[in-house]
Amino acid sequence: MVLASEITPTVELIGITKAYPGVVANSDIHLTLLPGEVHSLLGENGAGKSTLIGILSGMVQPDAGEIRIEGKTVHIHSPRDALERGIGTVYQHSLLVPTLTVLDNLLLGVDQGWKLGREMAMARLHELATLLDVEIDPSSIVGDLALGQRQQVEIVRALWRGEGVLILDEPTSMLTPQGAEKLVQVVRRLVSKGLAVVFITHKLNEALDLGDRVTVLRRGKIVGEVTPDELRNKSRIQVTDEVLKMIFGEKSDASQGTSATQISDTAGETFRVAHVSVKGDGPHPVLDEVSFALKRGEILGIAGIDGNGQKELAEVLAGQRRVDNGEIILEGLSIQHLSIAARQAKGVRYVTDDRHGEGTVGPLSVALNVVLKRVGEAPFWRWSFVRHGAIREFARKLINDHDVRTPHEEVAISTLSGGNMQKVILARELALEPRVVVYNKPTYGLDARTTAIVLARIADQARSGVTTVFISTELSEIVAICHRVAVMYRGQLSEPISVRPGIELQLGALMTGSTAV
Amino acid sequence: MSAPHGGTTVALAEHKSQTESRLERVSRSMTNALIPVVGAFVIGGLLLAVLGRNPFAFYGNVIDHGLIGSLGRQETLIRMAPLLLIAAGLMIAFPAGIWNLGTDGQYVMGGVIVAALGPELAPHVSGFVLFTTLFIVGFVVAAIWSLIPAILKAWYGINEIISTLMLTFIGLRFSAFLVKEYFYDRETTVPQTRVLAVADRLPRMFSSRVHIGLIVGLVAVIAVHFVMRNTAFGLRLRIVGINPKAAIHAGINMKVLTLAIFTLSAGFAGLAAAINITGVDGVVRAEWNPAIGLLVVPLVFLARFHAASVIAFIAAFAVFQVGGESASRKADIPNFMVLFMVGLLLIFMALGEYMQLRSSRKHQS
Repeated sequence: MVLASEITPTVELIGITKAYPGVVANSDIHLTLLPGEVHSLLGENGAGKSTLIGILSGMVQPDAGEIRIEGKTVHIHSPRDALERGIGTVYQHSLLVPTLTVLDNLLLGVDQGWKLGREMAMARLHELATLLDVEIDPSSIVGDLALGQRQQVEIVRALWRGEGVLILDEPTSMLTPQGAEKLVQVVRRLVSKGLAVVFITHKLNEALDLGDRVTVLRRGKIVGEVTPDELRNKSRIQVTDEVLKMIFGEKSDASQGTSATQISDTAGETFRVAHVSVKGDGPHPVLDEVSFALKRGEILGIAGIDGNGQKELAEVLAGQRRVDNGEIILEGLSIQHLSIAARQAKGVRYVTDDRHGEGTVGPLSVALNVVLKRVGEAPFWRWSFVRHGAIREFARKLINDHDVRTPHEEVAISTLSGGNMQKVILARELALEPRVVVYNKPTYGLDARTTAIVLARIADQARSGVTTVFISTELSEIVAICHRVAVMYRGQLSEPISVRPGIELQLGALMTGSTAV
Repeated sequence: MSAPHGGTTVALAEHKSQTESRLERVSRSMTNALIPVVGAFVIGGLLLAVLGRNPFAFYGNVIDHGLIGSLGRQETLIRMAPLLLIAAGLMIAFPAGIWNLGTDGQYVMGGVIVAALGPELAPHVSGFVLFTTLFIVGFVVAAIWSLIPAILKAWYGINEIISTLMLTFIGLRFSAFLVKEYFYDRETTVPQTRVLAVADRLPRMFSSRVHIGLIVGLVAVIAVHFVMRNTAFGLRLRIVGINPKAAIHAGINMKVLTLAIFTLSAGFAGLAAAINITGVDGVVRAEWNPAIGLLVVPLVFLARFHAASVIAFIAAFAVFQVGGESASRKADIPNFMVLFMVGLLLIFMALGEYMQLRSSRKHQS
């Protein structure tokens, strides 16, 4: 074994500082990336991970500090400059053009005047595919590829001009357990060939599983590191505990889930969805004979890879999408013909996954967003005239109850962070007698602490008798709070099964449509 | 086409910015509105100078004939009435993100029916009943006419910018057809409706030529301002305008609301026509097309849907229109100068909007 000090680091960051108005995103960061090592960067949202990647990949210029590549001090002027120096980044959101072929996507980044140089590109693609040990068909359309395959193309793109450092920003967020497994293989192979890999995540288990070394960021500073020796020699529980303390400070209880309470067998059925189908634009239905029934207070988890009909199901339940066939029954009454507002009045609530796009009206105040679905209703309006006092009072109460961090209720909701915005949405949907609440990816983009708060709130509500449909791509969340779980795959919903430990692999198989398990 | 949304945000944002006082906000919005005006005047002045005319004399004449002279001032006030009513309608549609650009057609359709009906009704009913009936008729006819783009938009998602603009052409032809075929006055040789007797026109104020239509226009603009800011209906429109997806999510009935926006907005244009016919014209000729609706569009945006600013800008525009006509005659240049200035105003407005967007982006990053 070679001691770290004897190897020339691929990249060294020395005293990197970057400040934005009002916030120091990176403060005196020292980070060493060694060849043949996966370096996990762990931290909550806003800890400074993105800024650090930005600096490494040439998107952001540091205010102070030094970057050394192979021992030499360099300035990374631009993303292109970073690529030329062998530092490639795979971002959380795909940069590929879905309508183009793999090869054309790769050529997009290559500036060769009028000549496209397909032969050379084919050769390079072959070389990198061999390095990754994956099969990539250069002529397939990117949009037709599975997400895992798309990510492999992204990795090829990142390494196109040189293989030194590969930065992976939350790479598993879109993948199935099986897809994540393949990614681990690819990453392992890359480090065995001498690359340095930076793995950015806010999921603790992944950071520990994949990383040879783990660095924890908090509020722009490095607050701790777990060395390869420590990772090997300490028990997993011990390391987890230490890292949690680094992330959250001394209070390390935030990652604990809230396990579901037992539903009594005598509880009556409140909500039934029977053979609901929705036609799609193409030959395949968006929803295909979806059925399930829920008891009062029950939480049904709906797992699945994004885009298999979960959003459409949520919209159908909320009334935002028309049902072509089938029935939705709330407490014995058919509601599938009722409008969104009528269902809302009957206690059907929908927490959308699209916080900015449809969940809130950005320029309006927090207070008005709290009553967004009650415009014109008493006591907030009387004879159609607005009563600001009543709205403010209501908003202040919800802000208080749900611990929303906002200067006051009159600021534009767009100025709030994602987590606080989500708390406002939860407050709005859970206020005033909810009966059935449909959550679509309610923790998407939230940090660990807010995620825990949101999950606890959902479980609390269910305990108080709210029937819950919980759509999520995070199996760990489903296992933590749901009573039963079903999987959406190509518009079909599997038979719900009771949640028990170790169910993840079975769900993963259902999510990818493979029947073998 | 982001202007109505941006405008909405600025004019209707209810939350008070913590760092900005009310005074600062008012002065900022004043500057935002005045810079395009000053810019238009400067460039317009340069053009006049290039043409060998004295710009100061020209602008002096504009003020003299549009504002200071008694006849000109009365004419200005009379012209304001229909402009204000059209503006009131646009103050409903634009914040909701509905581009009703068909007010000219709606105006003419409402006007034709009012002009045809007025002389028939006048002998049978008294003044108040006559005017109220004709106002309602003008409003309703234009509203019905606007149901075509409204239904196309609400049910089939067809872009109202195209449909409303195109329907103006159809409306103009159709109204000409109505006048020539059914409503023509058999006692004259030119194709036109029967004339509403001067005795049956709208009452005038302050022993001048200015009729009470001006009051109706002012009340309409102020009422719309109030409704947009203080009622559930107004808030719904603003939500739809800022974020239509959020409006659907919130359970707002988009179809009904879209119909309401079109019919109200067009209705005000029809009312504008009814007021101009009962107040001034008294008659509609075939091929009649005053084409004032589209001129109001930039003014409403410049005023950012605020009643006081709308009234101020329409007053200034009317002064310029009335004064510009005589000033152009005196300077021996075509009357297109007024339109040219409106065009400049639009360009400067777009520039201002762009600069503001850029500086706010800079501010954020």
